[in-house]
Formats: sequence, C-alpha cells, structure tokens
Amino acid sequence: MSEPDLDRSEQQPRGSGRPSDPSTESGDCLSGTAYESAELPTHQQLATTNQRRREFRSDARRALGRPAGERFKTKSGLNIVVVGGGPAGVAAAVTAASADPTARVTLIDDNPALGGQIWRQGAAPEPAVGARKWLRRLDQLGVERRCPATVIDTPSPGRLVVADAEGTSELAYHRLIVATGATERFLPFPGWTLPGVLGAGALQALVKGGLDVRGLRIVIAGTGPLLLAVTDLVRRRGGRVVALAEQADFSSVMTFGRSMWRSPSKGLQALGFAQSLWNVPYRFATWPARAEGEGQLERVVLVNPLGEANVVECDLLACGFGLRPNVALAQALSCDVVDGRVVVDDRQQTIVDGVYCAGEPTGIGGLDNALLQGRIAGLAAVGRSEEVRSLSRRRRREQRFVAVLEKAFRLRSELRSLPETDTIVCRCEDVTWGRVREFDDVRDCKLKTRCGMGPCQGRVCGGALEFLKGFRPETPRPPFFPVTLNTLAPTGASERTPASEDAPEE
Amino acid sequence: MGDARAQNTVRISIDGRPVTVAVGTTVAVAVWNHGIRRFRVGVAGAGRGPLCGMGICYECRLTIDGQPGRRSCLLPCVQGMCIETATESECTEPAGGTRDV
Amino acid sequence: MSHHGTPQADRVLIVGAGIVGASCAYELTRRGYAITVIEGGRPGGGATAACMGHVVVMDDSEAQFALGHYSQRLWDELSDRLPGSVERDLCGTLWVAEDDEEMAAVHAKHAFYTERGVKVEILDAPALRRAEPELRPDLLGALRVPGDSVVYPPTAVDFMLSEAVRHAREHGVDFELVCGTPVERLSSHWVALRDGRRLEGDWVVVSAGRGALDLLPEALPGHAIRPRKGHLVITDRRPGFCRHQLVELGYLKSAHSSGDSSVAFNLQPRATGQMLLGSSRQFGRDTAEVELDIVHKMVDRGRHFLPRLGELQAVRIWAGFRPATDDHLPLVGPVPGHETLLLAAGHEGLGITTSLGTARLIADRVSGVDPEIDPTPYLPSRPGADHG
Repeated sequence: MSEPDLDRSEQQPRGSGRPSDPSTESGDCLSGTAYESAELPTHQQLATTNQRRREFRSDARRALGRPAGERFKTKSGLNIVVVGGGPAGVAAAVTAASADPTARVTLIDDNPALGGQIWRQGAAPEPAVGARKWLRRLDQLGVERRCPATVIDTPSPGRLVVADAEGTSELAYHRLIVATGATERFLPFPGWTLPGVLGAGALQALVKGGLDVRGLRIVIAGTGPLLLAVTDLVRRRGGRVVALAEQADFSSVMTFGRSMWRSPSKGLQALGFAQSLWNVPYRFATWPARAEGEGQLERVVLVNPLGEANVVECDLLACGFGLRPNVALAQALSCDVVDGRVVVDDRQQTIVDGVYCAGEPTGIGGLDNALLQGRIAGLAAVGRSEEVRSLSRRRRREQRFVAVLEKAFRLRSELRSLPETDTIVCRCEDVTWGRVREFDDVRDCKLKTRCGMGPCQGRVCGGALEFLKGFRPETPRPPFFPVTLNTLAPTGASERTPASEDAPEE
Repeated sequence: MGDARAQNTVRISIDGRPVTVAVGTTVAVAVWNHGIRRFRVGVAGAGRGPLCGMGICYECRLTIDGQPGRRSCLLPCVQGMCIETATESECTEPAGGTRDV
Repeated sequence: MSHHGTPQADRVLIVGAGIVGASCAYELTRRGYAITVIEGGRPGGGATAACMGHVVVMDDSEAQFALGHYSQRLWDELSDRLPGSVERDLCGTLWVAEDDEEMAAVHAKHAFYTERGVKVEILDAPALRRAEPELRPDLLGALRVPGDSVVYPPTAVDFMLSEAVRHAREHGVDFELVCGTPVERLSSHWVALRDGRRLEGDWVVVSAGRGALDLLPEALPGHAIRPRKGHLVITDRRPGFCRHQLVELGYLKSAHSSGDSSVAFNLQPRATGQMLLGSSRQFGRDTAEVELDIVHKMVDRGRHFLPRLGELQAVRIWAGFRPATDDHLPLVGPVPGHETLLLAAGHEGLGITTSLGTARLIADRVSGVDPEIDPTPYLPSRPGADHG
C-alpha cells in the first residue's frame, strides 16, 4: 500500500501552457480583488475532519445569502471541483476553465473514462463527435481528470473525501459543481432478477462497450426516449428487436414527438430513431408483466390495459422505467431536494453557498439540457453573470422540455401491481415484496427487512419503492459507495492509537 | 499484423479458460461475450447477471484476481487478469458448525 | 385515556421502546399487567438500532457480571422462541491476547468466570489459529467464551413487542403502543405528551436511554447519563472470514486513560456473513455524524489483528450513543421519593445483554416478587459519583 495521499489537490500546480479563452479576458465581479489577499482553505488531514463535520450543517445554512466567493479566496485562482464526467460535468469544467484561466478545475468521475453514459466510450467507440470536441477541450484547458474516483463523504463545506485506487484523500474546493447524472429506474416484476433481464440504459452502455448482440432476440421495454436510442443501437449492432414495449399511451408519446420537432437537434434525432424503428414491433401502453426461464431469461409476457397478454420468446429483456436524478451527493451536501430533483436557481446555484448543480440531477432533460446547464454552472461558478443571463432564455426553453418529457412518460398506476408476494424487491439482500409492502416508513422497512442494506445501498430498490410506496430516499451516509477498508483507511497514515479504556461490548 | 493485433488485445482467464479480448473491454462485456449469463449467486441462491451496466447495482460482481465483490462493468480487462464467476461467496454457512475447537 | 381490559389489572406506562422498554413490556404483559408503551420515535430506532447486539457476560465488576450472567441465561431460555429474523447466533467470544501480560489476563478471566460457573476455555496459539485462521499468526492465545451470542436488536424489539401483544391478549388486558410523539413531562402516575395528551397509569417505567434522566420530575442526585459515541462499520458478505466475536484484551494496558476518544478491536460475524467492525468510544460529541478519522483508527486496529481485513468492503458506517453512567452500572429501580416511578436506563454498551435481566428486576418490583439477583447495586438511590 502506498503512502496516504491526504492532500492531493495541492500536489500539482496548474500547467502554465494553458490556452486562455479570448472571451475571458474582461474583468468580472470575481476576478481581481475578489480573490486577492486571501488564502486557500488550510488543508488538514482527515484527523481534523470531525470538528468541521459537526459544524457542517449549521455552516451550510449560515452561508446562505453570503455572496459567492467571500468564503474562500485565493491568489492563484479558484479551486473548482466538478463531480460527474458526463456532458453536464464536462461542459461545466470546460466552460469554467476557459472563462477563468486562473481557476484550477478538477473533474471527478467513477468510470475509468470520461463521457458519462451518453458519451460512453468503449472498446469499439461510437463516433460521438460532440463528445470528442468537448473532451479535447478539457485537455487543452488543463482540466485535471480524476477517474476512476468516487466521492465517499462530504465532511464539511469546501471539502470532499475522494476514494480511488490509492486510497482516500481530501479534496478542497471553492466551488463545487454537482453533475452526477441519472440512473435508470427499475421496477420489480416476477422474473426481473433472471440473468438476461437488464436495464435499457444498461444494454446501451454494455453494447457501446462491445457486448455482442449479433443474432440475439431482444425485447426492449419500459418507458421514455431512451428505448428508441437503445433500439437504434442494438439493431445497428446486429441484434433483433422482437418487441419494443412503451408503457405510455400512443397519444402521450405523439404529444411528446411533436414537441421534439420544435427543436432542430431533437427533431433530427427523432428522425433518425423513426428510421431505425422500421420493421420493429412497436407497442404502446404495453409493459412486461413477467419474465420467465430456467436459470436465465427465455421469454417475456407483455400485457396492456385491456388485459391482453403476449408471450415473446427472447434472449434479452432490456427494461428501464425512465431515468431518475442522482441526488445523493447533493442531499449529503444539504442541498434542497424536492420531488427527487435538486433545487437550483437560474444560475444553477443550489441553496448551499458555492455549490452548483447541473444536468439530470435538476430534472431529466437530456443531452442539450445537460450541456447548457453545465455551461451555465461553469460560468456562474466563476462569476460571469452576464453570460449566464444571456443563456437564460435557452435555459427556460430546455426547462419546458423537462416538463414535457416528464408528463409524456409518466409511469402508469398499473405498474404498481406488478410485483407479487414472492417477487424480490431488494436484489442485494433478496427481500421480497411480501416483506416490504406492509411498511409505511422507509427506515423502519430497512431496519426490519434489510431492504436497501446491501452494497447498492438502496440505489436500485430505492427507485422502485419511491414509485411503489412513495418512500423518499434517506440522506446517504458515508461511504456513499462501498469501498474496501484499505481504501477507507490507507495504511501507514496513522500511528497506533491509544487503546480503549474499557472493554468493548455489544 | 499479428503484432498489431497482439498490441490491441489482452489475454485474461475466465473460470480457468484463456480468453483474448480487445484492449479497453470491460470485464462484464468479456464475461458476457464468453457466453456466461450467471455472474454471481444471490443471497437466496439464484443466479444473477448485470442489471444497470454502470456501476450502481452491484449485480455484476465477480471475483477478480482473488478479490470477491468487484464490479465487473466498471473494470477494464488487463493482461493476465483472472476472473471467476458465480463463486457463491455470499451464501452463508450454517452457524456454529465449524466453531468448535 | 381510560382503562380497558380487566378492571383489576394495574396499568404500567413504559416510556421508551428500545430493547429495554420492549423487554419490560414483554415481561410485564407476561405477568398480566396492562401496558402503554410510549415511544417518541420508532421502536428500536435509537441506540438499539445502532449497536452490535453482542450478548456478552462482562467481568468488570461483580454487579455487572451478576446482571449480565442472569440476563444471558434469560436469552438462552428465550432462544428457541426467537424467530429467524432475530438472527441469533451462538458464535461465542474470543478475547485475544497479544503478549504475556494479556495472556495473564486470559488466565485471570478464566479463573473469574470458572469460579462463577461460566463455561470458558483457554486457547493456546495453535488452537487459536485453528479457530480463527485469519488472525495474525503470532498471537499468544485467547479466552473462548462459548456461551456468548449475537442477535439483531431491531428485530429483537419487534419480537418483544409482538410477544407483549400476545401476552396481553391471553390475559385479557390492554396493550397499547403510542408512537411518534415525544414525552413532555412525567410523574409517578402520568405521562404528558407534547401534543397535549396525558396518559395515566399505576406505574411509570422510564426506559428512555440517554434522555431518561431529563424526563424525571427532578434531578437524580449523584447520577448522570452521558452519551458516549461509538462507530460501527458493516462490510459486504464474507461468510467464514471469522467465526467468533473477536475482542482484544489490549484495553487492559491503558485502563482508565483519560483521552476523550479511544478505539479497540472488536469484530463480529453476522448471521448474514457480513462482518461488523467496532469499536470507538468518545465523550463530548453531540451529533451522530460519522468521523472518518475515527473509522481509520478502528480499521488500523482491526488490521493489526486481521491482516486481510482491509480487503473487505465497507458497505455502511454509522455512529450512535451509549447511555453511560459514571459507575458503568445501569439505573434500575424506583426514583428516590417516587415509589411507582421506575428507572430502567443507563446500560451503556450492554443494553442488549442486560435488557432481559433489567425487565425482570422491574417486573419483580411492580409485582412485589423477590428478585433472583440482588437489585441493590443498580438502584437509583445508590450513592453516585462526585460531580465536580
């Protein structure tokens, strides 16, 4: 085990050869005097974390209303940390770095490669032109990449605890941009735990990573535009889409389709998907009632509101019930989360001083919204208010799209009766619907049934129970993701400690 | 040509069988393309395969180089990697049986 | 609040539905009393949900031993009826010795327990390696206490309360659980809730853990219950990584050290195959937030004994508070000057173990029965420590 690295963020001074963006030369409210004569927050080791942690919640609240930049100032520039390397995070990092050449920008992602899910690269990369352009800019601007790395704790304002292959270290920031994206919502139905049943986004990610679907019979089900993108992708890779089941009604989807045509980029995307749907059995108001097979998936029973059932033989069922904002980190930072979305103002600023949020965590809006919000957050984080304002009309337009998307693909109530008594809800601990359905309180349910106590920490069953029972996810506790004890406590970092004065007990 | 291909591939072993995959392939994809659907065994004994494909669900956990519980969808294959599937590491043994000393 | 059930049944109000309150409800309904349990949060949601659930007989003092030994017998008697969800596991405890001094402590403990009828055995180094192969090979030996066990406390509370319901039905008396409203004030015959409700009873039992003394009509002279923070780390499932609850004896060396935080190695195999790593002790902390520097020390201490411990994954970390008295004994019995106001609180880190014995002492007092063990060491009227 290597020496602990508690203060990684101080190690490398920013490269001097960074190209500056011509548009950033003019002064603004945060450049110049605002950061002069102040210092970086003193980096302290984990040993002193607890004091600050105790003050965290009250600090976070006290800080409200104080002008951004007052808390932490530096001669050398702002320390900006972006969590999440998808489109919103990459756009935020690039924009902040180019708007403020003195800023030190660090981008963290838990995947080995940046790009998030939508720009996912793999062994056989998709020609994602937009992605390549943005990722190239990251390097030109000298944005420090930290991936794979995971934020596992938020001990106090201005500090994150980050785990990576070498262990755990603290990372200080003046501005934090939360761009943690979204995950699929999974709903339990009989047979959904069979190997061969996976998420729609999961199939997309795995196929982009080289998963071989040639000749496989694939059912794509669930809800949302993602189903079309997945259909398009697997067909191009030689998969046979034997059924595409959208739970929303035809009329809802058509309303949504019309709204897409109003935006040129979305319209083109839709046109492309429409072509790829040629010859695909596309059913609306249809959903999987059960998956069956001996040890692995063999067939899916699709049903509709009329009670008609359709048995489809298949090798794969890719099934996702929409996307769900990843708000855990924002929750841990004491940001306001309402209806599963992080509350931000029109500058992407959360209620916590210095903490911004961009992209899917603020509401599922897709690529264009993520890029735009990322840019706004990047600009706002370095205080470029005018440019932020100039983007506000586009921002409002994208916000309308968020609402349209949500309405069109709202989950139908029939899906609440999919799980049967012996259907597993918590896949980590194998807790059945029969055991969890009697509980009214998420914590009680967790303590008494172990539902959500496994390594996914409730990320899968949490989305299901949010829909099935209205359970609101609890604020996460560190570590936000499971890490080895060696990662949590790098060896050699602390000397032998005084032993306890009396016996440990229960 | 042969050299170029060798440079773009890595050799790994899946349940003791040698397999060659493209550089950058995740372990999950390599295991799937090898024909394996049952990645791990759940607490109640049923087989499980990848669900989310992006490191959230922990269903694609495998034993990699002797370390159980690793998320195969996030890990790229590296030369010489030893991958074991469905090691049943989670099934608890009956209490007390081996305790007597 | 009117009395239901048989008119002659005395009603006991129990304030706090942690393991101690739930056990009192269990024992009192068994004896035919009508019960109202009042819980401000959720049953078993306080220290009970945060602790390890190690049912262990400790030997720090004769009084501590007596209550622990008595209680462990009661757990054993209950064991056949505990549902699987309580995850009772008779894993035993191993007190591991690193050096001669600690090995001497092993022998001393062996003598103490043997004299008092507790089955124990000394493992030499090879026997210890056979018992727990993951322990580092140079340990000198251990004391094995095969009768110690582990339970999952939140579901144990559920069991106690559901049994209380059953008992009440059998006796035709009333049982009521009032949840979610904190207690405002109480006396020896009533409890006033913050929402204005006032519940009346013949007896009031205060089993509210660290907050118990604050609820009393007046201060309890000479006694305090201070929150003593502890951290725990639960790992992913590694069945067989260790088989006994493993505890270090090293604490003996720095007994009564005055630092405000300390850690000691303590690892528990859960019935799920997960490992639960303890333990830390801190005074002067008022929030249950996890302190990673403390966790770091716990992991260091753990790795010191189990070199491969670091390969396990931490799935969750949490902290909670032990209700600690100054003399490390619980306060069980009438509050001086209030014969029907009973305390059952301050069990520090032994609440799961001693809950059953505590409940017997409380029920014996209510029903006027001679207790099986001497209750005087635990009485709230005992001389307290000097508070400077």
